[in-house]
This record gives sequence, C-alpha cells and structure tokens, in this order.
Amino acid sequence: MKRSTKRRLRQGGLYAVLAAIVVLLALAVDWANVRANFWADGLGSNWHDLIVTGVKNTAIYTIIAFALGLALALLLALMKLSDVVAYRWIATAYIELFRGLPALITILFMAFAVPIAFQWRPPGGTAGAGVVGLVLVAGAYMAETLRAGLQAVPKGQAEAARSLGMGPAHTLIHIIIPQAFRIIIPPLTNEFVLLIKDTSLLSIVGAAVGQRELTNVTRDFLSSGDTAGTATSLMQAALLYLIITLPLTRLVAWLEKRQQRAR
Amino acid sequence: MTTAAIHVSDLHKSFGKNEVLKGIDFHVDPGQVVCVIGPSGSGKSTLLRCVNRLEEPSSGQILVEGIDITDPETDLDDVRTRIGMVFQQFNLFPHMTVLQNLCIAQRTVKRRSKKQAIEIARANLEKVGLAEKESAYPAHLSGGQQQRVAIARALSMDPDMMLFDEPTSALDPELVGDVLEIMKQLAAEGMTMMVVTHEMGFAREVGDKLVFMDGGVIVEEGDPRVVLADPKHERTKAFLAKVL
Ligand SMILES: Nc1ncnc2c1ncn2[C@@H]1O[C@H](COP(=O)(O)OP(=O)(O)OP(=O)(O)O)[C@@H](O)[C@H]1O
Ligand SMILES: [Mg+2]
Repeated sequence: MKRSTKRRLRQGGLYAVLAAIVVLLALAVDWANVRANFWADGLGSNWHDLIVTGVKNTAIYTIIAFALGLALALLLALMKLSDVVAYRWIATAYIELFRGLPALITILFMAFAVPIAFQWRPPGGTAGAGVVGLVLVAGAYMAETLRAGLQAVPKGQAEAARSLGMGPAHTLIHIIIPQAFRIIIPPLTNEFVLLIKDTSLLSIVGAAVGQRELTNVTRDFLSSGDTAGTATSLMQAALLYLIITLPLTRLVAWLEKRQQRAR
Repeated sequence: MTTAAIHVSDLHKSFGKNEVLKGIDFHVDPGQVVCVIGPSGSGKSTLLRCVNRLEEPSSGQILVEGIDITDPETDLDDVRTRIGMVFQQFNLFPHMTVLQNLCIAQRTVKRRSKKQAIEIARANLEKVGLAEKESAYPAHLSGGQQQRVAIARALSMDPDMMLFDEPTSALDPELVGDVLEIMKQLAAEGMTMMVVTHEMGFAREVGDKLVFMDGGVIVEEGDPRVVLADPKHERTKAFLAKVL
C-alpha cells in the first residue's frame, strides 16, 4: 500500500470514530427536555431587558473600568520605571497584591468592607463600588503591559527628543507614550475582553434594577418571567457575550499578525 | 579672545569599572568644523554625547559657549536647544510625519506658533532638498532621506552648533554623498560642527581640525591635511594605514 493511501485510511478511521460518538450522543440525549430547558419559547422572550439593561450596563461598566484602569496603570507603570526607589516599591507591591487576589475578593471588599470601615461610599451604590474594585484589578494587570510597552520604545527616541531640548514630560507625552501604546494595542484589547467578562462578577454584589449588568439581569430571569425555572436566559446571555467578545478576540489576532508582518 | 563654542577640560567618563574617557582636553571655536576619528570603542560617541549631556561625565568640565554644563544648576534643556545632534540611526519619530518631526520641539520647547513652526520647518526641508516629502512618514523614506530630515529637524531649533555621530555609517554607499553634501553646505555657511566620522575625504576637505582618539585619550590633533598626510604617532599611522 502506498503511504498516501495509508494516511487517507487512517484519517477516514478517525472521522468514522468521531461521527459514531456524535450519533451516539445525539441518540442518548433527551432533546425535548434540553429544548424545554435551554430554548424555552424558542428564545423569544427576555431580549429587551437583557439588551437594553444588561448589555448596556455591561458596556458602561467595562468602558469606565477600562478608562480609569488604564489611567491607574499608566501611573503605576511610570512609578515602576521611576528613579525613586520608594515609587518603584509602592508600584510593585500594589501590582503584586491585586494580581494575587481573586478579582471577586477585591470587588466584595470594595462593595461591603471598605464602605463600612472607611465610612466612604463610592458613587453609584454597590454597582459603583464593584466597578471601583474592577478598576483596581484592571490597573494592576495593565500596568505590567504598559511598562513593557514603554520599555519597548528604542532608547534613541528619548535621546533624540532630549537632544532637541524637550524636557522629560514632553518627551514622555509626545514621543514615548504614543509609540508605547501602538506596541501594546493587541494585549490591551485582550485586557478589554477580560474586563468585559469580569463585569459579570459584579452580579454578586447586587444592584438596583436599572443598574444591573448582563449576568445580573440573566439571573433575574432564571427565577422570574416567562422562562423562569429554565436555563434559557443563560443561553441568551452566553450568546450576547460571545457576540461582543468574539469579534474583539478575532481583531486582536488580526492586529498581532499585522504587527508581526510589519517587523 | 572669543569664547570657545565647546571647551572640554580633563574629561573622564566611566561605565562602572570601565573607564572610557581618560582625561580629554580640547576645544571647538565658533565656526570651526572639528572631525573626530578613531577605532571602534575608543570613546568617540561617548565624548560627543557628553557634550550635550546625553552621558553624564564622571569628572572634568565642559563649557558650551562659556556655560558650564556639568554644573547641576545649569538648565540643560536650554543648552540642548543650542546644540543640534544627528545620530547614526537617524532616530526620527516614526509615529509622526516629516513635518511633525520638525515641528514638535519648536512647538513644545521654543513655543513657536504653529504657523511659524511650519514656516521654519519648510525652509529647512527645502534646504536639505526634501520639500516634497513633508507629509511622508519616516518608514517611507530611504536612509539618506531620513538622515537629511534628521538634519533639518535639528536645524529647525536654530542651533549654534551641530554634533554628528557617524551620520553616514548606516547608509548605503550611494546615499552617503547627499548627506555629506548638506554637511559641506552647512560648514560653508559657518556652522560650528563636531563630526565623528570615518569619511576621511570629508575630514580633509571640510575639517578645520582633526582629532584622533584611541583608548579614551586624544592621541593626536591638528590640521586634517597635515595629520592625514603625515601622522606623528605610531597609533595614528597604524589606524590610518587600515582605513585609507
Ligand atoms: N551606556 C553604556 N554602558 C556601558 N558601556 C558603554 C556604554 N556606552 C558605551 N560604552 C562602552 O564605552 C566604550 C566606548 O564606546 P563608544 O561608543 O564611545 O565608542 P566609539 O568610539 O563611538 O565606537 P564606534 O566607532 O564603534 O561607534 C565601549 O567599550 C563601549 O562598550
Ligand atoms: Mg560611536
């Protein structure tokens, strides 16, 4: 037998096994039951609240947490690259602390412990407090990304700017930071996707009806409304998350490929 | 007596335990073109970079137009606007167009109006023969064009003197001529220049003084025509025998 014939036979065998497993699973599953649980009402209900309240708030919380987290991350990254030892220390300690803790613990701290201990309530109620928790965590993760980006800008760039008489602040703002951001757009987009998914942790701390993000709204529909008692709203939420995150992760892959080609 | 443009005395520079400059004394007069030659690792770049304090001297004194730049009280950014620098690797800002490259320091440091900055930038681009490239990005220019833009960028700050660190070493041979031509023109206009170079032809034709460095010291200096034709020291002879 020729080698190519052998390979085709082996591949054919593997496909046959796969097909058999799929058929067996399809026969073993009680489809009516699955349908009743996952696709009640043919996925027709709930969309309005899931999107108008859930997706909207998820988007708002993600964008706020990303913007504030990025500002915090820039501060931390600059502190980490500072000549002042104390700044480097503080930044390192901060980053290690918030990357070492589960995000959920930080969110719970901000929502319940900090308001009582410090008599301070972040704006926006528990939802706002949870977002502050997300900012603290996102800042720690993005700080490392930003530091790497700032260090990836060739030394000659700062030297050229300084030799023209530009001071350290102008050099940073006009020359170094714009180039660093270009380098880290793919990893930053990744952080953005992670943040979208992490907003679902906010559903733990509870929020006023109009302030609930997608996972929280979804949980409401598990116990109330036309599809109560079924997992239909979970299916819907899963679809909505994927519709948002999949294009973004594809975008990251494309950006990374383009950057590699540009090298 | 006029003040020297650059006056270096007993300059030492170490990187850790490695002493790279071991007591340098020399000066550049206003309008003079001084060329610095020497083998790789002899400290030429380090010396040049000390003159605008991209490197911090370990000891010694550097006066730029009479101002002590090793004095911690000196406003370095102000001194640097009077010293243009051109690098071997061009170091253009890749995220900016040619025109933006020429305007950014004018705007942020000299606080010139946008209109005035653009006017000055265009005049300098004209001078280096790249007027039509003002909206191109550096990546779309040849090495020779990038280096000419870098020269125009330095000139846009109206410097009193220019430092060149092997400005043609990274260029394809056929592009070297254009850059040297612009440097000649600058010299003819009376610009004070300090040029680290391997272009002996340029040193002979344009230089007022030639400095030969080896092992962190100045071994020999003088009229380029004399030094190149009749070197006094063995090390100079050996080096010139290799490169000429
Ligand atoms: N930032 C630095 N840190 C440590 N050592 C350095 C640094 N810059 C230069 N050196 C060392 O100083 C010595 C002189 O370097 P320099 O770049 O001044 O030489 P050069 O004469 O310009 O050589 P070339 O012709 O190769 O450019 C070299 O041994 C180099 O390794
Ligand atoms: Mg050098």
